Amino acid sequence: MTYFSSDAWYWPIIYIGIAGWIATDMWRWFGVIAGNRLKEGSLALLWVRATATSLVAAVIAKLILQPTGALSEFNIYLRVFAVAAGFAAFQMTGKRIVVGCGVALLVLLVGNWALNFQLITRTW
Amino acid sequence: MNSEISESQALISKSQAFWQGAKVVFTLPGLMLSGAMIGFAGFAVEVGLSRFEAVLMAGMIWALPSQLILIGSIFAGAALPATFLAVAFSAIRLMPMTAALVPEIKNSKTPTWLLLILSHFVAITAWVYSMDKTRDLPRNVRVSFFAGAGGCIWAFNTAVIGISYGIVSDLPLMAIGALFFLTPVYFLMTLWRSARDYSIYIAMVFGLILGPVFAQIWPEIDILLAGIVGGSLSTLIYVLIERSKGENP
Repeated sequence: MTYFSSDAWYWPIIYIGIAGWIATDMWRWFGVIAGNRLKEGSLALLWVRATATSLVAAVIAKLILQPTGALSEFNIYLRVFAVAAGFAAFQMTGKRIVVGCGVALLVLLVGNWALNFQLITRTW
Repeated sequence: MNSEISESQALISKSQAFWQGAKVVFTLPGLMLSGAMIGFAGFAVEVGLSRFEAVLMAGMIWALPSQLILIGSIFAGAALPATFLAVAFSAIRLMPMTAALVPEIKNSKTPTWLLLILSHFVAITAWVYSMDKTRDLPRNVRVSFFAGAGGCIWAFNTAVIGISYGIVSDLPLMAIGALFFLTPVYFLMTLWRSARDYSIYIAMVFGLILGPVFAQIWPEIDILLAGIVGGSLSTLIYVLIERSKGENP
C-alpha cells in the first residue's frame, strides 16, 4: 500500500487522489457546509472568522520568524523590526499597503547593510 | 443609476468581477507564490518525481505545506492510510478559512455544489485577497470574483510547475530572500485592512503572538492551535466588551 508498491500506471493517481486530494479537500468541503449554515451577525460566524484570522496571522508570523531559503540569512530582530516599521508606515498613511511594503523592505535592506558594515569594520 | 448603490458598488458584470479577481495572479504575493511553485518543481526534480506527478500533486492538493508532507510521507515509504492521516492533519486549517469565506461571497441563490467546487481554490493568497476585495463588490458578483481569483491563480501556478519542471534547477529565486519577505508583510496589511470590526484586530494580534509560542511548544500543530485558541479568546474578549457596552454582539 505504499506509493511504490504497485507498477500500475494509475496507482500514483489513486494514491495522490486519496492521500492528497481527498485529505485536503474534505476540509474545504466541511468548510463550505459549515460556512453555509453561518448567519451574518451570528456569534458562530464571529468565532469562525476570528479563528481563521488568528490562523492566518500565525502563518504570517511563521513566514517572518521561521522562513525557508534566503530570508533566514537576515537577522531575526531586523526582520521583526522591519515589519513593525512597515506596519507603522502603513497605519500612518491611511492603510496604504504599497507604502508599508516599501518601508519594510527599505528598513530590511538598509538595516542588513548596516549590520554587515558593522561586522566588516569590527574585523578591521 | 440607483442612488443606493455606492460608487464602488457601481454595476459590474460577473465576467468583469471574474477578471478583477484574476488580477491576484500578478500581485506581489501572487508572483511570490509562483516563485515558491518554481521552487516546488525544483524540489520535485530533486527527489525524483516526474513532471506529471508534480503537477498532479499541486493541482489536486493546492496547499504547499500539505504537498511537502505528501512527498515526505511517500519517500518515507508510508502506507496510503498513514499518508492520508499525515496530509489531512496538515490541512485542517482549510476548514475555518473556507467557512469564513463562504458567508462573505455567497448570495441566497448560490448553489452549494458550486461552492463545493470553488472551495478547492481556497489557499492563503486567494483567500486574503478575496476577504479584502469582495466587500466592495455587490453580493451577486462576489462568487465570480473568487472564482477568478482562486481559479486563475490555481491554473496559472499549476502551469508554472509543469513548465518550470526540469528547466529551473538551481532555484535562483531563493536568492531574493528580501522579496520573499514582502509576502508576509503584504498579508499582514491586507488582512488588517479587511477587518470589519475590532474582533479581527484582536484575533490577528493573538495569532501573531500565539503562533510563535505554540511553534516552540507543539510545532506539529502550532498553526491550528494558534487559530483555535486565538480565535476563541478574541471572540470572548469581543463579546465581553460588547456586553459591557450594553449591546448584543
